[in-house]
Amino acid sequence: MVITNNILLVEVLSVQSWTYILVGITFTLYIGIAIWARAGSTKEFYVAGGGVSPLANGMATAADWMSAASFISMAGIISFAGYDGSVYLMGWTGGYVLLALLLAPYLRKFGKFTVPDFIGDRYYSNTARLVGVICALLVSFTYVAGQMRGVGLVFSRFLEVDINTGVIIGMLIVLFYAVLGGMKGITYTQVAQYCILIFAFMVPAIFISIQMTGNPIPQLGFGSELADGSGTFLLDKLDDLSTDLGFAEYTEGTKSLVDVFAITLALMVGTAGLPHVIVRFFTVKRVKDARKSAGIALLLIVILYSTAPAVAAFARTNMIETLSNQPYATVPEWFRKWETTGLITFVDKNNDGLIQYVADKNQNELVVDNDIMVLANPEIAELPNWVIALVAAGALAAALSTAAGLLLVISASVSHDLIKKIVNPKISEKNELVAARLSSVVAVCVAGYFGINPPGFVAATVALAFGLAAASFFPAIILGIFYKRMNKEGAIAGMIVGIVAMLYYMLKYKLGWFDDVLPSKSHWWFGISPEGFGSVAMLLNFIVSITIMKFTPEPPKNVQDIVEQIRIPSGAGEATH
Amino acid sequence: MIKNKSKAYWRENIRYLCILLVVWFLVSFVAGIMLKDVLNDFKLGGFKLGFWFAQQGSMYVFVILIFIYVRLMNKLDKKYGYYK
Repeated sequence: MVITNNILLVEVLSVQSWTYILVGITFTLYIGIAIWARAGSTKEFYVAGGGVSPLANGMATAADWMSAASFISMAGIISFAGYDGSVYLMGWTGGYVLLALLLAPYLRKFGKFTVPDFIGDRYYSNTARLVGVICALLVSFTYVAGQMRGVGLVFSRFLEVDINTGVIIGMLIVLFYAVLGGMKGITYTQVAQYCILIFAFMVPAIFISIQMTGNPIPQLGFGSELADGSGTFLLDKLDDLSTDLGFAEYTEGTKSLVDVFAITLALMVGTAGLPHVIVRFFTVKRVKDARKSAGIALLLIVILYSTAPAVAAFARTNMIETLSNQPYATVPEWFRKWETTGLITFVDKNNDGLIQYVADKNQNELVVDNDIMVLANPEIAELPNWVIALVAAGALAAALSTAAGLLLVISASVSHDLIKKIVNPKISEKNELVAARLSSVVAVCVAGYFGINPPGFVAATVALAFGLAAASFFPAIILGIFYKRMNKEGAIAGMIVGIVAMLYYMLKYKLGWFDDVLPSKSHWWFGISPEGFGSVAMLLNFIVSITIMKFTPEPPKNVQDIVEQIRIPSGAGEATH
Repeated sequence: MIKNKSKAYWRENIRYLCILLVVWFLVSFVAGIMLKDVLNDFKLGGFKLGFWFAQQGSMYVFVILIFIYVRLMNKLDKKYGYYK
């Protein structure tokens, strides 16, 4: 009897009730973990005490890394871009190979708290440290604004609260566990968030894969025949549907080869240079743990990343078949719900009452935002309500975990690198901890402000964040480890030239600041888009650094000894000031 | 003597890095991007091969590469007495 009641309950509960339940449970969990893992010292606040196991760190890194963009937007972008979307898949995973092989072990051996710490000590200069702080803040703030927007989006659609209220709720939660727990609290909430987000991503993907191809593994279903008995491969069908509507073949894409190459490289190198990812490797005990946890992190990330293109292909096929040339009067319920958020728009240009979805912009009547492909996918596939709600909880986990990691980088850059290392070196540990907490409060408020009043250039700035990381940190760190002769003059000049070049190109070709109209593609240097320019800016950094170095004195003996030291794994002390 | 030991360790490490990064480059930039059109003439199940490398294969190889590196380096650390 009880069981029957439960089954009834499962069927009766609306998507909204399910969302309240699942979001409520997960948020309580995060708060509970935060109280359990309070930080008592700066070392706990910055690097979780330095004793995190490789598995926990791998999970935390994966959650830290996979943001609202990975969870919500990526499959949607691939869905509309087809092959061109591969740049994100290869770019955002290939970066971990660089991270594991070229950066993480040595930075862990170096054993400090932050990335500007490394830059400042290795290049024996507070100017270098300051340039590092500025880069870290630029990169992290641009990134965190997007996370807050993601939180607001999920709240507004699934809980039908105002976007601003959603952002404020998200802010309060992050504030609570980031301020209280610092890196320690963040690490263990991220472990929980990884479990939630991966479950939430995989369940609908598996359902839809079975529906469409009969194969429960999306990575295989993606390359299988359709379940409708036609004997056609899903991807062949999708290529046909796309070309029928005037789009490029799904598996071919439209971007030039050189641009795909440049964007992929910029994203890889940018990933390896992102301070909130690098700092996670300061939290493990030994150098070998840093290597191992990079491997675990990538494995856990690839579970989602290899599923995303499958989801993209399923969703695209489903969407075209459900909507193309169908009467607007009979569209499913989810269509109307998403219309109210403005993420789907339909204008019946030829007044025939049918939805024309075609490549030709003058005839196309349907505009679907990238972001809703993942969020609406379970509804399009008519999955049970709890699955739809689960996606909302997963999207929140993805956005909050990344936001928290970024906020920590921001607060550590201010309290440790700026206050402790530059402004007031005599500050006591207790006061530094207070400063760290205060700066994370300020950072959350700024992030929330951007979430509520999203600057129009958010989309552009995410590419900018990767470009800046690629153009500044990556070369400076690589040269710092692999080139003993590299000195402060070279590194500082290289970072500044890299950042300025990146900013200039982005402002000119993405935002059109220096011209009356935005310059067209034909004006791009070497045919490289602003998204891919990070590769060029990185090369510029390397060239400038090495050239300037040749004409300036070599670094002092003690710095060269540090370089010798970080190359050897043993004797990695725990993180110190 | 100690200096020579750390130099030799570093040389072997660099050799591993070079080999692994060549593979990293081959599966992504070569197979997934530069030779994509050539490879697309071959099929792997329902996938065109170049497309598969770009959206699946390269990522699997990345994971394997890191774990190979972990193993190689643990062995190397033991050989030079840096493992603990």
